[in-house]
Amino acid sequence: MSNLDAIDRRLIAATQAGLPLTPRPYYVIAEQLGMSAEEVMARMRAMQETGVIRRIGVVPNHYALGYSANGMTVWDIADDQVDELGERIGQLPFVSHCYRRPRRLPHWPYNLFAMVHAKSREEAQADADRIAAVLGDACRKSDILYSSRMLKKTGLRLVD
Amino acid sequence: MSRIRQPRAASPSPASLRAHPGPATEQDKSVLTELDRCLINTLQGGFPICERPFQVAAASLGIDEDTLIARIDALLQAGVLTRFGPLFNADRMGGVNVLAAMAVPAAEFQRVADFVNLQPEIAHNYRREHALNLWFVGAADSAQKVEDAFDYIESMTGLPVYRFPKEREFFVQLILEA
Repeated sequence: MSNLDAIDRRLIAATQAGLPLTPRPYYVIAEQLGMSAEEVMARMRAMQETGVIRRIGVVPNHYALGYSANGMTVWDIADDQVDELGERIGQLPFVSHCYRRPRRLPHWPYNLFAMVHAKSREEAQADADRIAAVLGDACRKSDILYSSRMLKKTGLRLVD
Repeated sequence: MSRIRQPRAASPSPASLRAHPGPATEQDKSVLTELDRCLINTLQGGFPICERPFQVAAASLGIDEDTLIARIDALLQAGVLTRFGPLFNADRMGGVNVLAAMAVPAAEFQRVADFVNLQPEIAHNYRREHALNLWFVGAADSAQKVEDAFDYIESMTGLPVYRFPKEREFFVQLILEA
């Protein structure tokens, strides 16, 4: 753990499954951990500032909101162009995550991953077509892997 | 994500909310009210850190604290929300987040998927339509714990776990429009 101490870790462990649904949630956590609410809040603010906490809020289930076409679009891009093109693909408004990852030949030739969340496969395909247009000839092969079932989604859990 | 950076799709119709078989919970999703949509669209981030955070967030939605707490609770129960609270960034915790995939024979799929889900280091797991049909994310505060979990899955299932660690992140922001 880079910049987190044992108290931060306990705080993460106490909140990673969710905040208590009571008017003073940080006070409840403070009580559970035997510390002051002021310290809980100060530490959470600090973790937000350092980016340990990305954000605090509700996490919707894609499917429940009608985003049934969750497509992982994958692309085989020339190595000398993948970083520049990855930046451009990441800026497309419908791409939620974009990463360069290693190929696993011969099973897997793709080195650029871009997630699209759409309400139909037609819409997801249209998104993929727009990505393909940006990639042009640098793309040798591509695919879209649709998720047919969400089997688990718990987010990070610290395990000791 | 994205759909809020440049919203373009209309709100989902009640039919589309019901049409999909959905994730693990097969229960019928209740149709969202205008308030629910507003809540989801405004509260995917920015929940305050203060003495009465629900009161502050409720005020911005024009409702009272008790109503907001009750709606979040109901949406969690209905499976419309998977979680409410802080989202942690494993990278910034000195930890790691590694995508991995397996090619699982159809007859063994459920057994292997259940086994993978049992490992506490596995944060997400999706069935995808491809020869590599099981895709999951291992997240922990050390690379070794993730690697150990993947090794354990390999040894117990006899199937290779292909690792796809990110080599570079270009963009991450998933905010869905309800």
